[in-house]
Amino acid sequence: MNDKKKKDVLLKIRNLKIQGYTDETWIDIIKGVDLTLHRGEVMGLIGESGAGKSTIGAAAMGYARDGTRISEDSSIEFDGMELMTATESERRGLRGKRIAYVAQSAAASFNPAHKIIDQHTEAPLQYRLKKRMEAQEDAVDLYNRLRLPNPEEIGFRYPHQVSGGQLQRAMTAMAMSCRPDLIIFDEPTTALDVTTQIEVLAAIRDIVDQFDTAALYITHDLAVVAQMADTIKVLLKGEEVEQATTKEMLANPKEEYTKSLWAVRSFKSPQRTREGRECLISVKNVDASYASGPKILDDVSFDIYEGMTVAVVGESGSGKSTAARVITGLLPPQKGEVLFKGDPFPVDYRNRNKEQLRQCQMIYQSADTALNPKVRISEIIGRPAKFYSGLTGAALKRRVDELLDLIELEPSKYYNRYPAELSGGQKQRIGIARALAAEPSFIVCDEVTSALDQLVAEGILRLLDRLQDELNLAYMFITHDLATVRSIADEVVVMQHGKVVEQGPKDEMFRPPHHPYTDLLLSSVPEMDADWLTTLLEERGLENLGEAASKKIDPGDKKVMPSDA
Amino acid sequence: MGDILGLVAKRLGMGLMILLIISVIIFFMVELLPGDIAEAVLGQGATEENVRVLREQMGLNDPALFRYFEWLKGAVMLDFGRSIVTQEAVMSVIGERFRNTLFLATYAAVIAVPFAIILGVIVALLRNSVFDRVANVLTLTSISSPEFFLGYILILFFSVKWGMFPAIASLNDSMSFWELLNRTFLPALTLVLVVTAHMMRMTRAAIINLLASPYIEMAKLKGTPPWKVIVRHALPNAWAPIINVVALNLAYLITGVVLVEVVFVYPGIGQALVDAVSKRDFPVVQACCLIFAATFILLNLAADVGAILTNPRLRHPK
Repeated sequence: MNDKKKKDVLLKIRNLKIQGYTDETWIDIIKGVDLTLHRGEVMGLIGESGAGKSTIGAAAMGYARDGTRISEDSSIEFDGMELMTATESERRGLRGKRIAYVAQSAAASFNPAHKIIDQHTEAPLQYRLKKRMEAQEDAVDLYNRLRLPNPEEIGFRYPHQVSGGQLQRAMTAMAMSCRPDLIIFDEPTTALDVTTQIEVLAAIRDIVDQFDTAALYITHDLAVVAQMADTIKVLLKGEEVEQATTKEMLANPKEEYTKSLWAVRSFKSPQRTREGRECLISVKNVDASYASGPKILDDVSFDIYEGMTVAVVGESGSGKSTAARVITGLLPPQKGEVLFKGDPFPVDYRNRNKEQLRQCQMIYQSADTALNPKVRISEIIGRPAKFYSGLTGAALKRRVDELLDLIELEPSKYYNRYPAELSGGQKQRIGIARALAAEPSFIVCDEVTSALDQLVAEGILRLLDRLQDELNLAYMFITHDLATVRSIADEVVVMQHGKVVEQGPKDEMFRPPHHPYTDLLLSSVPEMDADWLTTLLEERGLENLGEAASKKIDPGDKKVMPSDA
Repeated sequence: MGDILGLVAKRLGMGLMILLIISVIIFFMVELLPGDIAEAVLGQGATEENVRVLREQMGLNDPALFRYFEWLKGAVMLDFGRSIVTQEAVMSVIGERFRNTLFLATYAAVIAVPFAIILGVIVALLRNSVFDRVANVLTLTSISSPEFFLGYILILFFSVKWGMFPAIASLNDSMSFWELLNRTFLPALTLVLVVTAHMMRMTRAAIINLLASPYIEMAKLKGTPPWKVIVRHALPNAWAPIINVVALNLAYLITGVVLVEVVFVYPGIGQALVDAVSKRDFPVVQACCLIFAATFILLNLAADVGAILTNPRLRHPK
């Protein structure tokens, strides 16, 4: 992959400057980035969110996102054509035809009102490259190459009738519809489960190879980019940090910042054991469903001991969050019960008294939506302190200051601010403080780090770990990210299709033999090795990826030695 | 499709329920008047004898609940009893006029709805341009001006100065369809001016609201020209709010046009209602109210069904 012959330059970006409009002024987002991409080359753009990766991706198409503008003195040259001086209709003539785009969330980027294939054929018809029938046949051919199930039929469905991983592949097929010279992949697998991610990665890499298409692959996940790219460019706050071939970059990162990215998953909390601890929450044989829908939880049982972290892992839809809703009383179960220190907890939160309510608090995935934007920090944290502990006046103020200290935000600085004035990581800290204000013994952390950058997420994990030791908190840590599990969990519960397939202490869980589903999950996490995907594909075979692989597992299966890995 | 039929049946049932509740309100509101209907109709100068005769005649001596069910039974078969003033059957008083109202409303709607939606699409496409601002100012002016004022302005120019259309929209049976259209053009145009702004602005807002969606950006990055982005990618997802506003305005075209009828001397149901109120002709008033209520419910039902039909998730379940 890395020894491709030197080919013609396809995209040449020089001194790219992009400004964004915030707070009534134009602020520099991209501060003079250079980029050279050859035909058939795949370049990975990597960096934290806010580093301007996606903005550069859009700019490569001569497109400035809403609220941004590209500086006049930048130069974007695509195959000899200067996009900065080209007319809007000249630039538009490239989009979809010679440069295509694959967005992060296929579910949101497909128009819900049209069939997938009609959106696929839109560009070829628009550019009069093909007749409708030809374009449709070509779409089916691409669906085939991308190994979509029922390629003949799948395009004639509406986007909501197709799963996320399949949609993402259909979107890649759509990008290929005019056989472009360049495709911009903007975090194409970030929204997917690890098991689904693999099949999409394999499909993308395969099709890019087949048509020798050049690509800009934008992501924040190093292990992913290592599988996909020939060269990697690291960005920080709108500036380039360094660029090198993938092998070189993995083996020998030069800049401090790049090294810190590589080392980010170093945090590991020492594993605690149940010895000498009391069982705090006990979920016993719980069945649950929403309204009269299908069963979401099926005979789920697990225990959470005081001061310990139980990570609940599984793909989306496996029932992780539903289990949390049952414990907190938001969703009364149809069968089974929840015990708190051995006594049954009322199943409906409305029947719990204040003392019972305060025991279970929640921290949510997206602090953006979980904090009321119109309310000051002091009140967000102060309200539960007032409600549960009856604090008022100076005592309340003292308590809020104390909580802000706990989450390492300076009280005098943040007391009167609004959520919008904080960064993502700070908002998540406020979410933690709000949960702590009730003085709980148990906190549900629902994907609390998945919306954050790795460096920031690590800070949150360290904070949670410190608070756990200081306040003897028990956590139920819902996540699909196994790296997070490795760093913070004491015990692990693996869920699939509403059932607990395996549970136990962390060290046992990460050591074979595994339940086949656990094995699938573990082996699907990309590793920091450029050949990881290739090796995995050789071992598993193309037909045994993602959905196909998880279907082959019998959920009732006893623990067996992994046979195919 | 089974799901949709179920949803429609549910809405239809709810509509009927609401109509029933309204019929109760309409009927018993009259009962709440001090004294009874007979006294109210005849006024203060009435003799005991007159009141007694009228009571007899209207069956007021029966219990109210019994009369309500009698009235409801008639109403279901479009028999609203007899007018107190003319002694004619209520339906023969307002039936013809309701048809006229429907005709005028349809006339106005056939022009206004496509016009408003197309204009809305155009201003969404040219948002924040001079054209957008001018269209906004003009439609807002027309919606803010009282209808009678608009009507008189139109009369002044179109009939008095330029003599293009008749100022009075009186009808008779011998008129041909084209003659009817010509006669009623000015009242219809007045109504068009009144309802366009609301529908146009909703179309514009509903479309612009969607322009930040990822699938719109995707369409742009596929090289789709701007007009196609709006018409093909935004509009199909914007129907639900637009349809609701259209339904509200259609209902207004039927129930709220009495001023326009007066200005153009048009024999519609609005005038009949006003006449009946001033003459305390309660059976006619009740019939008009029930018809108006039914109109609102029916149009809202149509809007709900329309919104369901334009939602691909409901149309094509998993």
